[in-house]
Amino acid sequence: MIFGILTFAQAGGQDAVEKFANATSSGIALGAIYALLALGLVLIYKATQVLNFAHGAIAALGAFFAAYLATVINFPGRYVTFAPTTVQWILSALVAVVITAAVGLLLERLAIRPMIGEPLFSVVMITIALDIVIRTITNDLIGANPRPLGDPWGADVIDLGPAVIAKSEVATVIVTIICLVGIALFFRSRYGIAMRATAFDQEAAMAQGISAGRIFAMAWAIGAGLAAIAGIFSSLFPRSSVGVGTTTAFFAFRALPAIVIGGLDSITGAVLGGFIVGLAESYAGTYLAGPSWSFLGLGFSGVMPYIVMLIVLLVRPYGLFGTEEIRRV
Amino acid sequence: MRDRPRLFVTYSSEMSLLPTWTQKTAALIFLAVLALVPFGVIPGLGFLSDNDWMKILSRVAIFAIGALGLHILSGLAGQVSLGHAFFVAVGAYTAAVLGGETGTSHWGLGLPIWIWLPAAGAVAAAIGALIAPTAVRVRGIYLAIVTLGLVFIGEWIFRSLPSLTGGAQAGRKFPGFEIRLWKEEVPLLDPTADGSWFGVEMTGEAKTYLLLLVLVVLAVVVAKNLQRTRVGRAFMSIRDRDIAAEVMGVADARYKLMAFALSSAFAGVSGAVLGAFVGRLVPEGFSLILSVEFVAILLIGGIGTVTGTLLGAAFVVILPRLVQDFTGLLASTAETGSGIPASIAGVFVSTSNGDFGIVSTLPGTSPGLNIAQFNLLLYGLLLIGFLIFEPLGLYGIWIRIRNYWKSWPFTY
Repeated sequence: MIFGILTFAQAGGQDAVEKFANATSSGIALGAIYALLALGLVLIYKATQVLNFAHGAIAALGAFFAAYLATVINFPGRYVTFAPTTVQWILSALVAVVITAAVGLLLERLAIRPMIGEPLFSVVMITIALDIVIRTITNDLIGANPRPLGDPWGADVIDLGPAVIAKSEVATVIVTIICLVGIALFFRSRYGIAMRATAFDQEAAMAQGISAGRIFAMAWAIGAGLAAIAGIFSSLFPRSSVGVGTTTAFFAFRALPAIVIGGLDSITGAVLGGFIVGLAESYAGTYLAGPSWSFLGLGFSGVMPYIVMLIVLLVRPYGLFGTEEIRRV
Repeated sequence: MRDRPRLFVTYSSEMSLLPTWTQKTAALIFLAVLALVPFGVIPGLGFLSDNDWMKILSRVAIFAIGALGLHILSGLAGQVSLGHAFFVAVGAYTAAVLGGETGTSHWGLGLPIWIWLPAAGAVAAAIGALIAPTAVRVRGIYLAIVTLGLVFIGEWIFRSLPSLTGGAQAGRKFPGFEIRLWKEEVPLLDPTADGSWFGVEMTGEAKTYLLLLVLVVLAVVVAKNLQRTRVGRAFMSIRDRDIAAEVMGVADARYKLMAFALSSAFAGVSGAVLGAFVGRLVPEGFSLILSVEFVAILLIGGIGTVTGTLLGAAFVVILPRLVQDFTGLLASTAETGSGIPASIAGVFVSTSNGDFGIVSTLPGTSPGLNIAQFNLLLYGLLLIGFLIFEPLGLYGIWIRIRNYWKSWPFTY
């Protein structure tokens, strides 16, 4: 971000305005996807104290379900042919999200529930092992070639004067806002309050009659659903021109710096961290590219999130909004 | 039983590397078996002496050295690290620069092995010590993500430095195992060429294995000995309860830095020999998957024990080969066998297009995973199974067997 503003001030002029506006708008759209991923990760972490390294694989699986439902079997679409194609696609995507949420439930019950109370290293490792398993199966399902998602927006863009925005990017931001509002409302509902209580003090919550197991399952289902939404949008036009492929799963590893920047147990921090990471990556891709920056090599924008993360951690070891752990002897 | 093996009368006998008579004998027999394996004289283990298996055992040795490093950092000092691959890479490229051939496109000094091997450990240790102050500030899951970031940043650095690493997807040649005094043409000893060694005819693969075996034994002695020194005890106290350790006067940050440096030194040496063993490596090879493999070795073997680490290294490296053999067996049963075994195998293996099966033997057939994917799947599932059902790993299984026979025929 700082790099961006500095370079912007030096260059000046109409071109620079357009460059900056484009970088910002695509950074926000990218940040929205990271925010969705980070939101799911933090939700799962707060409820179950497990950092889900399999999030990317789940996201790719969700995107595959959407691609399969929308383009291969046209699942809800064939029963609602009267609806416009956009609505049909959205229905397919929703079904994919629900299926992925069910997969999340299954994972929690089979692999995560037995690991409660185990040392941190084992829990981290089991999610990495889950990542290996889900990624292998997803890659086999996808096949040799990436699958397009058949979304109604394609490569359409909206020209806003200084910035050119893809329609799918607008959709990404709108859906992210809907999800954020939905999560905020959920936390005010009966189950949301139960989840917050469990995250705050599990034993006290259980003494009040809250089933901790059900809360864990709910957190994983919601987290997996959010991952599926992020996976779908990360396979659309400006992010990927070919759809969901074998590299889609790696995308989510850049959401890990986002939650560390925000603080692992802060929902606000996760969303903010997602946007910071998205903007940093976008600005790095726009301004630190070209011949004079060639010494940075290939794919510098991909490691930018980690560099931002290290800088934040050097100043605040628990992220921007994370609660500092109180340690007792 | 000759006397009472668990009765220690002096502190030094209790703290010795192999405290009981049984352990001494077992270690000696194990070492003798490992040393005799390449000659194919051990009944039942003769198949291990062919070149294919010698290569696999050499790989076990290389991974064991690296895993012992992670054992020091994670098993003894309790610091979760997903960044081991980065230090392996640092060691490998230090060896490549110091020992590699001098060329126009790559840096290389062409120095002999007795310089580049220790230097690989030393440079990796220095980089580890350099990074440690950042890592020491964060704990637990934050540390896991920071070290994960290290792998990604490292991969980018290595991809962007073609003169060091040969560039993305191209890679470079690494120095071999030839032992030279200085830069002379004919090496003093060449552990990669076939021929007679001290009057015994041996293949190059067997020689490489023996050389690596010596390195592993050295690494095991260092790692095992560490546990009974002041530094090792400080590591373990930090692992068990860091604030209590600090209160007792263990300098938290200093010992964590030492743990990082020591662990990186092992990783560096392992990287250097990995480069020499494989010959050519691309920078993408030092990715998160390599780190995960080291963590898997620790967790499958049994975290916090040297024996477990060695068992884990053997298990993780040999497993893909066994899976491959198993799939091959299934495929041949499905194709040429008859009766019940063939129909069981047919469920698992698809040999033609459209045939149902979990694994397909033909490339590009569908449905079915290919053998590499099946390997990965089984690897992941095994990891999950071990973590859920046997959190102490292979070492835990051994402990249970031992305890059962300790009181046999009584149950307690």
